[in-house]
Amino acid sequence: MLDKAAERTAAAPLRARRSTGWLLTVGLVAALLVLVPVAAGLGAYPIPVADVVGSVLHRAHLGGSALDRVPESVLWNVRFPRIVLALLVGASLGCAGALMQGVFGNPLAEPGVIGVSSGAAVGAVAAIAFGLDFLGMWTVPVLAFLAGLGTVLLVYAMSRSGGRTEVVTLILTGIAVNAFGGALIGLFLFFADTAAVSQITFWQLGSLSQATWSKVLAVLPWAVGGLALAPLYSRRLDLLALGERPARHLGVDVERLRLTLVLVIALLTAAAVSVAGIIGFVGLVVPHLLRMAAGPGHRFLVPGSALLGALVLLGADLAARTAAAPAELPLGVLTSLLGSPFFFLLLRRTRRRQGGWA
Amino acid sequence: MSVVPNVRGLLRSRPLPPARPAPGELLAEAEDLHVRLGAEPVLGGVGVRVRAGEVLALVGPNGAGKSTLLGALAADVPAAEGVVRLHGRPVSGWTPAELALRRAVLPQSAELAFPFTVEEVVRMGRAPHAAPPAKDDLAVAEAMAATEVTGFAGRPFSALSGGERARVALARVLAQRAPLLLLDEPTAALDLRHQEAVLRLCRERARAGDAVVVVLHDLALAAAYAHRVTVLHAGRVAADGPPAEVFTETLLSRVYEHPVEVYDHPRTGALVVGPRRLP
Repeated sequence: MLDKAAERTAAAPLRARRSTGWLLTVGLVAALLVLVPVAAGLGAYPIPVADVVGSVLHRAHLGGSALDRVPESVLWNVRFPRIVLALLVGASLGCAGALMQGVFGNPLAEPGVIGVSSGAAVGAVAAIAFGLDFLGMWTVPVLAFLAGLGTVLLVYAMSRSGGRTEVVTLILTGIAVNAFGGALIGLFLFFADTAAVSQITFWQLGSLSQATWSKVLAVLPWAVGGLALAPLYSRRLDLLALGERPARHLGVDVERLRLTLVLVIALLTAAAVSVAGIIGFVGLVVPHLLRMAAGPGHRFLVPGSALLGALVLLGADLAARTAAAPAELPLGVLTSLLGSPFFFLLLRRTRRRQGGWA
Repeated sequence: MSVVPNVRGLLRSRPLPPARPAPGELLAEAEDLHVRLGAEPVLGGVGVRVRAGEVLALVGPNGAGKSTLLGALAADVPAAEGVVRLHGRPVSGWTPAELALRRAVLPQSAELAFPFTVEEVVRMGRAPHAAPPAKDDLAVAEAMAATEVTGFAGRPFSALSGGERARVALARVLAQRAPLLLLDEPTAALDLRHQEAVLRLCRERARAGDAVVVVLHDLALAAAYAHRVTVLHAGRVAADGPPAEVFTETLLSRVYEHPVEVYDHPRTGALVVGPRRLP
């Protein structure tokens, strides 16, 4: 009798959270389905949404009709590669943010904040500055991945003590790593020729303006691989919130979990950085908003962050290329402009909860 | 080694829980255990045996090595010399998943990185089991009822008081349903009523056939509830046995470097242990 009552009261909030997760998932997918054709239609050469849908249906052999030569070319050679790239990069950054916060057990961890993005950018910039192409179109993503991986491991080793990550140490490590990464990129700029210089500058600001299908192909396996692996670790990430030892007591092979997740994070970050440069704060804001809405359970948070990340970056890129037309705002500048105040708020809240940093 | 169990082991995603231990079965054992933290020796040749059906209290002054011994039994702290066996096998011979079905550990302080609700935290204790959902629900509900946390099941863990958190952490450990419970100061943050309740719970689990190892500072609690007490002093076992034999004024006064009085309660005849205070 008592147990039955206990069960009911216990299960109710959990069920509410789960259904919130489902509702949000459906809402996010719906929002993406609306925003993609809208974003494809907007720009210097406007194309009605109906035409966009028609062209897509035509190419999928589901009816519809092809457009004239110019709009068809704008749509398929300019807009769609850029949209697909925005979706991939946004999903990778959002997902990487959620994983990173889970692994560090710290809600302030984010690829841009703790320097992993600039670490990965160092690898990508080195490839361009020194004209490396030993792996063909894979050279930039592979170098970005290796440099990003090294950076995550470095930050992880430096910011943890006694199985915990303190906020101050994490942020200070991020400052140091960001400074070092920035210096290296500056150094490469100094040695690079003029053509490479203009190509590198774009890394520092973050942009999707050079999107092509071949770039999409270059990052697709990395992003998809990372995004497919990430949800497998949701349950174990939940347990990790208890701390490393309690997680181990519950059967988690913590060492292996950490190593695997660090690899996945590096994979996702490298995928994003190697085609879009440093785009900050997406991985910070996105998981946070979802945690506030649907609770901290990673089973929804990890895939949800990928969806919302894709949505946010698609929207941000749309704003970046239409708000100041015909000029284009750098995407990374835009996300940092919007994301930094959020970071301030978060810092304040964390400090208040901890009663200071000391 | 036949091939069949190996194939089955590969197909099975998670190991199965062990059979219920027989009464008196040796569940955990440390033999000539030496532990060093850095260069500092913390345990210097400790032997301890934990049997199914008993509550074993680890007592001793600060820095005597109680938590380290518990950590070694939990397979957290590696032995520099000697051996720790759980269910008859050295701890290094178990995988984390197998260990999780055999022992549950309550850490000294309960922390949580993200604002999970109380019920979600308790449910984490079910992670080692591949049980049907109804069984998980029942284990969670029973653990929450036993620790009296059902009333705030839906609240975030971070919004709770220290004592409430400690009880939620205990509920998580109970929900794990492991035959060996290792509890590091489960009563530290609790009021008088909940201290008694927690130790009664330990006795109940022992009666049901589990083994409970509990680190305690309160000697009176140890005297009242433990079947057996191990007194640690400077990394060694100073005494080991039933409380009535182990708790003597001479031994306790020496170990704690403070006069301790031990007497039978005038009304109930139960053992009373406490510091001698000047009037």
